[in-house]
Amino acid sequence: MNFDLTEERQMLQDSLRRFLRDNQEALRASTRLGNAENSLGFDAGIWTKLAELGVIGALFSEEEGGFAGAGFDLTTVFEELGRAGAVEPLLDTAILGGGLIAALGTETQKELVEQVIGGEVHLALAHGEPNSRYDLAQVETMAKVEGDDIILTGRKAVVVNAEAADYLIVSARESGAAGDEDGISLFLVPRDSAGLTLRGYALLAGGRAAEADLEGLRLSADARLGGPGTAYAALKRATNRAEVALAAETLGAMEAATEMTREYLLTRQQFGRPIGSFQALQHRMATLLIELEQARSAVINAAGHLETSAEEQALQISAARNLVGRAGRLVAEESIQLHGGIAMTEEYELAHIAKRIVMADHRFGDTDTQLERFIDQSAA
Amino acid sequence: MDLNYSVEEQAFRAEVQEFLAQKLPKEMSEAIRLGRELGKEGHEKWHAILNEQGWLAPNWPQEFGGCEWNAVQRHIFEEECCRAHAPRIVPFGLAMLAPVLQKFGSKAQQDHYLPRILSGEDWWCQGYSEPGAGSDLASLKTRAVRNGDHYVVNGQKTWTTLGQHANWIFCLVRTDPDAKQQSGISFLLIDMDTPGIEVRPIILLDGTHEVNEVWFTDVKVPVENLVGEENKGWTYAKYLLTHERTNIAGVGFSRAGLDAVKRMASTQMHRGKPLSENAHFAARVARAEIDLMAMSTTNLRIISRAAAGQAPGVESSMLKVKGTEIRQEINDLARRAAGAYAMPFVSEALEGANEPDMGPEGSAAAAPQYFNNRKLSIFGGSNEVQKNIIAKVKLGGGA
Repeated sequence: MNFDLTEERQMLQDSLRRFLRDNQEALRASTRLGNAENSLGFDAGIWTKLAELGVIGALFSEEEGGFAGAGFDLTTVFEELGRAGAVEPLLDTAILGGGLIAALGTETQKELVEQVIGGEVHLALAHGEPNSRYDLAQVETMAKVEGDDIILTGRKAVVVNAEAADYLIVSARESGAAGDEDGISLFLVPRDSAGLTLRGYALLAGGRAAEADLEGLRLSADARLGGPGTAYAALKRATNRAEVALAAETLGAMEAATEMTREYLLTRQQFGRPIGSFQALQHRMATLLIELEQARSAVINAAGHLETSAEEQALQISAARNLVGRAGRLVAEESIQLHGGIAMTEEYELAHIAKRIVMADHRFGDTDTQLERFIDQSAA
Repeated sequence: MDLNYSVEEQAFRAEVQEFLAQKLPKEMSEAIRLGRELGKEGHEKWHAILNEQGWLAPNWPQEFGGCEWNAVQRHIFEEECCRAHAPRIVPFGLAMLAPVLQKFGSKAQQDHYLPRILSGEDWWCQGYSEPGAGSDLASLKTRAVRNGDHYVVNGQKTWTTLGQHANWIFCLVRTDPDAKQQSGISFLLIDMDTPGIEVRPIILLDGTHEVNEVWFTDVKVPVENLVGEENKGWTYAKYLLTHERTNIAGVGFSRAGLDAVKRMASTQMHRGKPLSENAHFAARVARAEIDLMAMSTTNLRIISRAAAGQAPGVESSMLKVKGTEIRQEINDLARRAAGAYAMPFVSEALEGANEPDMGPEGSAAAAPQYFNNRKLSIFGGSNEVQKNIIAKVKLGGGA
């Protein structure tokens, strides 16, 4: 049994932490609410440097063109991103987009993975729909073969990183009914394709997303990723990895929130003494620290089981995200409460961190949905 | 024990319902229902409609142009306003300053300021909190030094709600720096157009501009703007705070919020069924509703005692804590019901009612409101301060 980071991961953590700390201001500037000047939603300069540092490569295996890619590599990177409140779309471009192309792509398509690792290409997964909620198989967007072409019709909801993406990976149904796992295909769609309309907007917790309308979007058959109607397993695998990464990011943000709160309790004076000297507040801080360690262990459990059976993965991931969801809400709300009004201001770092923690719950299944998945998996 | 409203109270409720059905503009109630911002003009419009009806000041004595309703009538009025999605009445002049002027102000102050509050000529804001004086309000540092026929005010106030719209501010200022904390404070009325006052916006984490910093640099305030006696301001401030705590339970807001959650959940499909039929989600909504039903009766118990002339005790602190916990839980449920559509931040969709929500109805405001309403347990005496009050009364000694 050994819970220490390997030497390589320790180095990755150190260099990423240092880099993010040194670039705090640029990171912060790009996370401002509704940041109108920045149509990307993040800082392009930082993205390039993350690639140079090898941070993107660390999310892919050697076979895929990277140099790491295991569960604990993902958590090492995302925990640091979370601590810094970074909104850079590593989840969307690398884990989801890059991961799916690496899993399903032809040799030609896989050249994109190399460009992702190099920081030259951005991707977005256009999968969720207005009626799909958190159900991965609920795909109503249709793909119809017409001679040598494929026509896509439908609407994709809250496509994170869509406007910055060079390619969208669009899911569509070639057979079966909405809700069937079989029949779902993925297509590589250049963002400027005719028939694809993006309506972009800022996200409350930073970054950008878009509604994607597909109206008679015509693709050639080689735009398909993998075989027709068989993409579900790869989608599941990519979102599993994304959920582990997201849980780690939230853990990092929780660390930052508790550290800021601890610091504030020690310095803020009311009634002639630091408010951290009041026992009622000391106990609440202690509760946050207890829950933080619970969350850390839950993330370790999930990351350590990313290479196991589908059932075991599902159990561990739903457990981690349920726990991180519960503990995260507590940490976010209590950190704000223990600070008071100051943490309600957009300018104060904790406000952004708290939003990162809470809004993570709205991707891939919220705390309650994870509980249901865990129950299903336990009963199976 | 009788849980029913009297015949007179029921008739009063019908009268309020009738008024709201006729006079509350549809676009206004629609904006409120969707959790949108109303803006200054919207507030002023509703203020004028209520004033015309003579219902603007439910708590004022009739001699000052108020309704002089008892606590039960006020509760019925507030409940029906919430149910009809009427805008909140901006409380700073009407519900907070006015009772202080009526009790402690001079005849000249009453004659001058009270009619201007009703007419909407003056928009008041509150200058209480300072960066270093939050829960410990009595440690405030803004100084007022007497110089002939005026005071010279220097310092900074913060969390000044809707100060950007106000032309007057009532302030707690320190007039005797040597006295024990609470005894050196005075209550001043200050014209926001006086030279030396600067209002700086504070943007909150949901992107809204509802609070401000107000800076005072050598601001000259005529001595006749002092309310009551010099150095007695703390007494008036405490009196005002008891008024700030009326409708503290927010029962109407919670009811409206719960209805909105149920509506949204019935339109969202989750695992093949409407989310409202999902056992986990339904259980959480039910728990909030059960808490609200009980809290609402606690609220009525206190109101009916108040109507009989008894002063509320620690119960108002209890209501503040429980009421805000329930509202915040309902905000959490709304955010969850919205699913992925809680994530977008579309500022155009948060103002007025013209832009439809990207996702299900009510989804655009769900997460911003969840974050914005974290303030409920912080302001008006934080929930920690309320628990200190309860503990102090029940356990004695220092809290």
